[in-house]
Amino acid sequence: MNLEASPTWRGAAKLQVDSRGRLRHFLSIEGLSRRLVTEILDTAESFAAVPEQSVKKVPLLRGKTVANLFFEASTRTRTTFELAAKRLSADVLTVNVPTSSASKGESLLDTLRNLEAMHIDMFVVRHAQSGAAHFIASHVSPHVSIINGGDGRHAHPTQALLDMFTIRRHKPDFSALVVAIVGDVMHSRVARSQIHALNLLGVGEIRVIGPRTLLPNHLEALGVRVFTNMCAGLKDVDVVMMLRLQRERMDSAMLPSGLEFFHVYGLTPEKLALAKPDAIVMHPGPINRGVEMSSEVADGPQSVILQQVTHGIAIRMAVMSLCLGSHASGRDRLTEEGSQHREGTKGP
Amino acid sequence: MIQLKRIRIRGGRVLDPSQRLDAMIDVCLADKRVVALGEAPDFEADEVIDASQWVVCPGLVDLRVYLREPGQEHKGTIASETAAAAAGGITTVCVPPDTVPIIDTPAVAELIKVRAGQSDKAWVLTLGALTKGLAGEQISEMAALAKAGCVGVSNGLRQIPNTLILRRAMEYAATFGLTVFLHPQDPWLAANGCAHEGLISEQLGLPGIPVAAETVAVARALVLAEQDGIRVHFTLLSAARSVEMVAEAQARGVPVTADVAMHQLHLTELDIANFNAECHVMPPLRSLRDRDILRLACSSGVVSAICSDHQPHEPDAKLAPFCQTEPGISGLETLLALGLRLVHQDVIDLPTLISRLTWQPASILNQPYGTLQVGARADVCIFDPYRRWTLDAARLVSRGHNTPFHGWELQGRVLHTLMEGKRVFDLDAPR
Repeated sequence: MNLEASPTWRGAAKLQVDSRGRLRHFLSIEGLSRRLVTEILDTAESFAAVPEQSVKKVPLLRGKTVANLFFEASTRTRTTFELAAKRLSADVLTVNVPTSSASKGESLLDTLRNLEAMHIDMFVVRHAQSGAAHFIASHVSPHVSIINGGDGRHAHPTQALLDMFTIRRHKPDFSALVVAIVGDVMHSRVARSQIHALNLLGVGEIRVIGPRTLLPNHLEALGVRVFTNMCAGLKDVDVVMMLRLQRERMDSAMLPSGLEFFHVYGLTPEKLALAKPDAIVMHPGPINRGVEMSSEVADGPQSVILQQVTHGIAIRMAVMSLCLGSHASGRDRLTEEGSQHREGTKGP
Repeated sequence: MIQLKRIRIRGGRVLDPSQRLDAMIDVCLADKRVVALGEAPDFEADEVIDASQWVVCPGLVDLRVYLREPGQEHKGTIASETAAAAAGGITTVCVPPDTVPIIDTPAVAELIKVRAGQSDKAWVLTLGALTKGLAGEQISEMAALAKAGCVGVSNGLRQIPNTLILRRAMEYAATFGLTVFLHPQDPWLAANGCAHEGLISEQLGLPGIPVAAETVAVARALVLAEQDGIRVHFTLLSAARSVEMVAEAQARGVPVTADVAMHQLHLTELDIANFNAECHVMPPLRSLRDRDILRLACSSGVVSAICSDHQPHEPDAKLAPFCQTEPGISGLETLLALGLRLVHQDVIDLPTLISRLTWQPASILNQPYGTLQVGARADVCIFDPYRRWTLDAARLVSRGHNTPFHGWELQGRVLHTLMEGKRVFDLDAPR
């Protein structure tokens, strides 16, 4: 499929990539080229070793201020963004906007303007509304970068890239891979970003598995094969990517109960045995044990779930440094490089 | 009192579908009325408007216009929005009942009538509430509403969940000859959706409104209309399948009419691909195929009226993530030009377009507007069908500058609008 012909791709590309093909904002996998995604993954690879050094920091973003702007609860994403920024030597501020408050458009823009007035260089935004990060990116001052930490059902692009990073470390040849995404695709920003990233990196086959109530009608057009039968869908796959099932879906018109979901779509050792013997199991967290997967699988030898969390820091470091890198003026770049030489730290 | 001028509109192409008129003739206006068509050598004019390069048609009739008064004056007022109507060549606007307070008592209908009389830029007709408070539970006092001047009844965007109440409301409205305006959308299927359910909403992660939300509601109302022989008007159809269902019912003699919003004939779901909140409308912009079938239906007459669905907003209403923005477009001033765009694209011919914008919407209301027959109200729109201009949202007369058509090159411009023989808009007059 021709990704770049899609109107949603073009819209996202215009906003997040500058005229010289560099990242201005990081909003969605859509709108990125394969070259740019590979560059992020390679940069992350060079950052992956940083935490193992005795001094866990590089000075790439020294003097920059990053604000985590979370309109929706998060532990993993917020913490790893915070750590990533700190390891790049940025000053970090975390703003938790209460999710219960009726914060609508006006106050969202007001919050943004107020923080902008404090000369913040980058915002990491998580919001319950699809398109929130795009909206903010189209209204910030030109020198500010926006990183999407998850918007509604739309996109969670750093999650998708840390997933790609994890897959690449285990199985470098994407063209040979069969990947299954299992569960609540309908409401999942993670699944949407994963599908785009897998397509962009030329994965052999993408399968999507779930009940009809949790699968949108138009999935095939995104280049995936749709399965409602878990056993058929898992046959000979190399990667199983489980999705989180939100509690409110478990007892509604979407699903009769969490228990029934587990019986049909929960990942157990028996079902996992249908995949290739060296298949890896992933989950974006937090896991509902006994709903999406059994503990034997979550803690078993094929699970790479905790590696995903670790890789999240390297990916977020890569995305942040590439975004702010493209913003730095010539003079800023010189000082940055100068300081690297003085401290003798190896940059990406 | 100022003596009204006797006006001769000379030599224009007079298009009046109400009398199948398409000829280069004079139109003579006096005493608030059309007094003669043709040469009329005895008519002594105080003023002559040379229209020899232009089209002269009845003032346009717009079936769906939010004036925002009473209740939302920060978005627009009767004065500001009727001035915008005049700038769009529209002399008659029909307002839905979901003002604040709702038009479910004669007092609100009368208030609007008084305010409209004060600004005197367009005829303002009101639709009364079909159920009290639009709550969908108890039918409204329709006899009183009709007496207060309401020309039809509607439940606005709110649905009547109980089918029996819908049936009774339709029957009661028919008792007083009030046209029932239905905005067909099943509230459960539409849920919290804000975009057409399809590939684009899927990619953007926007909750979708399936076509079935509309067709289910159309089917329900059609079945009742047919069984009880009650006239129903569907407003703002958006889906090809609904149009097919209406066409099939019309062919069997069910008394049903329909309109579409002008923007549905130009935009599609593709226009929201970058989360453009100016394209957030309700019902949502649908697929290219839906748009093409709606265009065909306007040309064939299955859909007999095109409205602006004018919804002016303050800037903040559109400054939020897509689903949290308020739906709607400020559409009065682009209604005719966008219609002419369809003519220039050979989608529809000019007399048919004018018919969809004048006489046919007036017929749906069963009101004596949208015609230049001798003796009719002297409501006239004079336009240059070829003049090119670029829409600048900031220069709209409407208080709402929310339009996705900003920057569009349009062809065809309103030059003069007359209401009861009085000039209410002149393009070149200083504002």
